[in-house]
Amino acid sequence: MERALAVDGSVGRPGVVAKRRLLDETGVLIGLAIVLALFGALIGPQFFRAANLELIARQTVIVCIAALGMTMVIVSGGIDLSVGSVVALATVVTAVLLQRHGPAVSAIGAIAAGAVCGIVNGLLITQLRVVPFIVTLGTMLLVRGAAKGLADERRIEAPLTWLNDLLRTVRDGSGLLLPTGIWIAVLLAAAVAFTLRYTRFGRHLFAIGSSERTARLCGVRIWRTKVMVYAIAGACAALAGVMEFSKLSVGDPTVSVGLELDVIAAVIIGGGSLAGGKGSVLGTIAGAAIMAVIQIGCSQQGLPNWVQQIVTGSIIVGAVALDRWRGSGS
Amino acid sequence: MAESVTLDMRGVRKSFGATVALDGVELTVRAGEVCALVGQNGAGKSTLMAILAGALRPDAGEMRLDGAPYAPRDPLAAREAGIAMIHQELSLAPHLTVMENIVLGVEPVRGPIGLVHRDRMRQTAERALAELGHADIAAGAVAGDLSPAAQQLVEIARARAIGCRVLVLDEPTSSLSHDDVGRLFDLIRCLKAQGIAIVYISHFIEEVKQVSDRFAVLRDGRNAGGGDTASTASGAIVGLMVGRSVDELYPRGARTPGDAILDLASVVPGDATLTLHRGEVLGIAGLLGAGRTRLLRTIFGLEPVKSGRIRVAGVSGGENPHERWRQGLGMLSEDRSGEGLARGLSVADNLTLSHLAPLGPRGLVFPSRQRAAASKWIDRLAIRCADPRQAVGDLSGGNQQKVAVARLLHHDVDLLILDEPTKGIDVGSKAQIYQLIDDLVSLRRTVDGRQKAVLLVSSYFPELLGVCDRIAVMSRGHLGPARDVSEWNEHSLLMEASGARAS
Repeated sequence: MERALAVDGSVGRPGVVAKRRLLDETGVLIGLAIVLALFGALIGPQFFRAANLELIARQTVIVCIAALGMTMVIVSGGIDLSVGSVVALATVVTAVLLQRHGPAVSAIGAIAAGAVCGIVNGLLITQLRVVPFIVTLGTMLLVRGAAKGLADERRIEAPLTWLNDLLRTVRDGSGLLLPTGIWIAVLLAAAVAFTLRYTRFGRHLFAIGSSERTARLCGVRIWRTKVMVYAIAGACAALAGVMEFSKLSVGDPTVSVGLELDVIAAVIIGGGSLAGGKGSVLGTIAGAAIMAVIQIGCSQQGLPNWVQQIVTGSIIVGAVALDRWRGSGS
Repeated sequence: MAESVTLDMRGVRKSFGATVALDGVELTVRAGEVCALVGQNGAGKSTLMAILAGALRPDAGEMRLDGAPYAPRDPLAAREAGIAMIHQELSLAPHLTVMENIVLGVEPVRGPIGLVHRDRMRQTAERALAELGHADIAAGAVAGDLSPAAQQLVEIARARAIGCRVLVLDEPTSSLSHDDVGRLFDLIRCLKAQGIAIVYISHFIEEVKQVSDRFAVLRDGRNAGGGDTASTASGAIVGLMVGRSVDELYPRGARTPGDAILDLASVVPGDATLTLHRGEVLGIAGLLGAGRTRLLRTIFGLEPVKSGRIRVAGVSGGENPHERWRQGLGMLSEDRSGEGLARGLSVADNLTLSHLAPLGPRGLVFPSRQRAAASKWIDRLAIRCADPRQAVGDLSGGNQQKVAVARLLHHDVDLLILDEPTKGIDVGSKAQIYQLIDDLVSLRRTVDGRQKAVLLVSSYFPELLGVCDRIAVMSRGHLGPARDVSEWNEHSLLMEASGARAS
């Protein structure tokens, strides 16, 4: 083996690796900086006041938590359209459980319900061999229907508990600085980033998303991994639902219609590819933040809602165009 | 007959980089004649046909069609000039009807905005099918519902409908049953009578004998001979295809077979019975489409075992890739870019994917350890890449293949299942892979005294003869007995693989 022959024409290109990584990791952060600078210039220094930044963070948190699960799903080459419905179901489950149990049990129950939805998604995708888009399009309606049935098509009132304070600005002196919900999102983001980068499961997700046939050849247990990733995505969506409940303080089965599109947009703006094999937690968070900044900036600037929608839409298309350009740059 | 030359190719040259694929090749086909084009894989048949079809441009040479210079700029120009190709893989649009397929691209239209003239479309299609003696195929049937044989007929009808004068059939019988082959040959005779010049490409010598008037042999990009089919013996044609000695490319250390590591008993698909021992390279020869890849995939658990028994080191069960890796098997896929490697992932990810366990405790993977593990094999195999983090798709073919092979070495498997390990790679990387195979099975290099075993599929006979200890031949889905390499030569392998021995 040591007398290796190197009679090959191609020479590795140093720099290529570094350049790609730079684009992947920081492109979206630069985008976020540009959007922040733009609204900072338009609105003035008060845009960067701590209270305003916290508002942006609070606005981001629900999309962000759901998008962390979606990042893993998209990295594995899948998609989950049932996120908005799972959020609604989670608000209902939380409210229903709160009538008999404590807040912790209720929140855990809601998250478990979300995980079950995810397991159903994963099993349908792997056992029926139907593409994720179709399966989760179906479960989007299914779960929405289940939420409405469980709530008897009404809003469910629930007693006030600490769950309602998750996204409330903390009073001075508590030492937390930020609302608990934001801290939960930060911890979850760190956990997901760690999972993607430093665990076998995470590396398997990238392998399945990049080439499912290669992953299978290499002994990756495809269906087990996929069911797991949809279960995690469902649990994340349900946690986002608990946050939504905290904002609403009722269980509302009609809430968050179309939220899945915001969630997918955050992942895509953050460098995720619907073809799979690409995506990062940092990118997703920045992507979600970009959308929140535009939303809040536009409303504080007094711009009507339609301007905000046009700007967000352009950014999504621009980000995907950038993704394609990066893909063809090799 | 001399005046009625339809197609005349002279002095055709084509090189890809430093590789000369065609070196002054000639091919002449007359109207109303079937000319068989034969040669081993890589002899240049596909390149020559790609040039004829306008998909490649020759570096030098001249082509004439009915005496007029012919130099197609693209496949469309070739089609318009009357060249039609029927490939091994059929290319109908499966959701369209038979008639829509037949007139695809030349739809009859009427009216100022070009509405499709459905009645004329049906007429054209029915006429084309009737001319082939197959009015039984309904013009309105959906193409995807037809049998492979009927689909092939529709393709030929399409070629007729656009007015082809030269028809190239590339391995047309590979997906047909025995009866359908007979019907295809009747059809070829019918087309001949209509004055069409036919180029018939096949690996099966008995088919060539049966259907062609003349044959032309390509070997290493040159004309190796040709002539009248009826007056030439099968053996002589095979001799022209092979005609070369084995070079000193293949090292061979001292090998002594050890324990049995793989045992197949009438495994279907493949109809395979064999035993493979440590310290042994067993080759499976055969032609494209003989079912060799399917057998390997079945052994590795990528496809289901229909019947029979597979035992790994005396134990049966675990028929999925995950278990196979755990049992000490590793497989190199023939489809390097589609299956063997995840092109978007890094060299390190690809190399370690099957065996991430040693790279961190309890389900964790430390990127630094992953890179170190990859770097070890990058150095040992002299893989040219900028960094273990570089995307594997950026590497050259030979280096990509070395990454795929290195995966088996990183996993330290006992049995390496190699499907066309040297396909499409440069000669330097080939030599290295041959050396590596020898190192793994021969005694002199093994560290712990445990020799590996190699199961090797290759379409390149000199390689099998050079590397293997025993060779079994697979033909039309059946694996023959494994015999010692000394009992084989290229000629007998080709005879066996092409079924010429049986006739």
